[in-house]
Amino acid sequence: MSEEIAADIQTTHILDLAADGRRVDGRAVDEYRPVSIAPGFVATADGSALVRIGDTAVVAGVKLEPGKPFPDTPNAGVLTTNAELIPLSSPTFEPGPPQPGAIEVSRVVDRAIRAAETIDLTKLCVTPGEKTWVCYVDVHVLGHAGNLIDASLLAAVSALNGAHVPAKRFGIAEADYPLAMDHLPIECTFVRLGDTIVVDPTFEEEQAAQGRLTIATDEAGRIVAMQKGRVGAFSPDDVKSLVRRAFVHGDRLRAAVKGGAA
Amino acid sequence: MGSVGAKEVPVLLGPDGRRIDGRKLDELRPLKIQAGPLRQADGSAFVEWGLNKVMAAVYGPREVHPRHLQQNDRAVIQCKYNMAAFSVDERKRPGLDRRSQEISKVIGEAFESVVFAEEYPRTSIDIYIEVLQANAGTRCAGLVAASVALADAGIPMVDLLPAVAVGKVGGAIALDLKKEEDNFGEADLPMALVPQSGRIVLLQMEGHMTEPELAQALDLGVKGCRSIYDVMKAALREHYAVAPMQEAAA
Repeated sequence: MSEEIAADIQTTHILDLAADGRRVDGRAVDEYRPVSIAPGFVATADGSALVRIGDTAVVAGVKLEPGKPFPDTPNAGVLTTNAELIPLSSPTFEPGPPQPGAIEVSRVVDRAIRAAETIDLTKLCVTPGEKTWVCYVDVHVLGHAGNLIDASLLAAVSALNGAHVPAKRFGIAEADYPLAMDHLPIECTFVRLGDTIVVDPTFEEEQAAQGRLTIATDEAGRIVAMQKGRVGAFSPDDVKSLVRRAFVHGDRLRAAVKGGAA
Repeated sequence: MGSVGAKEVPVLLGPDGRRIDGRKLDELRPLKIQAGPLRQADGSAFVEWGLNKVMAAVYGPREVHPRHLQQNDRAVIQCKYNMAAFSVDERKRPGLDRRSQEISKVIGEAFESVVFAEEYPRTSIDIYIEVLQANAGTRCAGLVAASVALADAGIPMVDLLPAVAVGKVGGAIALDLKKEEDNFGEADLPMALVPQSGRIVLLQMEGHMTEPELAQALDLGVKGCRSIYDVMKAALREHYAVAPMQEAAA
């Protein structure tokens, strides 16, 4: 109960500031929080990264193991993305089966990786119809201070970027080799606060938001996935201008993934 | 204990009394503790212990979920130990398994023994332990992390709870087993100590030990816990260190 009252006061404050183009943490409307990327954070994973966007912290781990291809795609490998919004990361998460929010994060991240053809799945095939690599991307949210979608995809691609196929361990080849990454999708999320649309929302800004829009872009200038969330609306002109902003942020974050730092 | 498979048993104890990673029998793996790395939690800690990486967060005292667990005379302590899918060599399917549930239970009970739960009736103190990278001894690393996180959250306790696993490798009692020693060793005995009272609040054992060996193992474990205790206290002191007062302006 007390949380709801606090949220109301907070929402009013956030919206009042936004009307003047200001934000609670002092950022500009189109300013992203500081991003840090620590690749290779988990030694037990075949690829991993710890990503921080402000106080949001996400670790992603890639695991590859041999498995069977799906009958309808005998020449393609299998890629699965799973996000866990564990109760450790926020006072609002509770233990139990995945909440719709967690499922949305998983699916939006998975969609961007898949649609951008980040990994050429046919290269994961070992014996058509019989044996292929199954690539698991597990995203673990450690701290939820807003914008989990961007942070989760950033961690996932950073983990894939340095991943190795453990071919030696499974006796499939003489040596491990790097996982080939064809494209690098980056998601950029905006929320509407009154007439102002801000990038990289904090948790409190997400609570106050009147609509959220995530746009995934890749290095080839393609838009590969979008997701509108929360109650609220965007005009077609809004969407067009946000796409432009998404490319600018996307290019900067892509450079950070390649460089392994921000 | 991990799967052993048909792999050859490595030499766990060299003729010079050194272990597989060059440690002496009574030597701990390098231990690093960071208090308060997470902003959202009421208390948190990150532990890097050998090749283990464990994050713990504490929330509470807060409302009890599910409601029916509420106690009228004290706080309930709910502990969830969980391993990330990528924390082990062979990907672990996400979610609670029987091992995690058992570990959650014994860790939760260890903390119930030291937290002044009667100070907070009708509330819950929730402890979350996430193993990000595992290399044997994760329950002890989790316990150490959770203990520092509880202190960071300001929960009153009798004492911090250092924990360590003692085992038997190559016929000798050894402190703080790493993965190969855990998989191929003869025994594993995790324990948690209340340093003030010298009492043990978590104790498990699996394997084979004689009575004198067990006595030796317990003594070694207590000794190990006391060094870990110092690292835990240092981590909290560092996190709460106050910058020297500035000279009063004239």
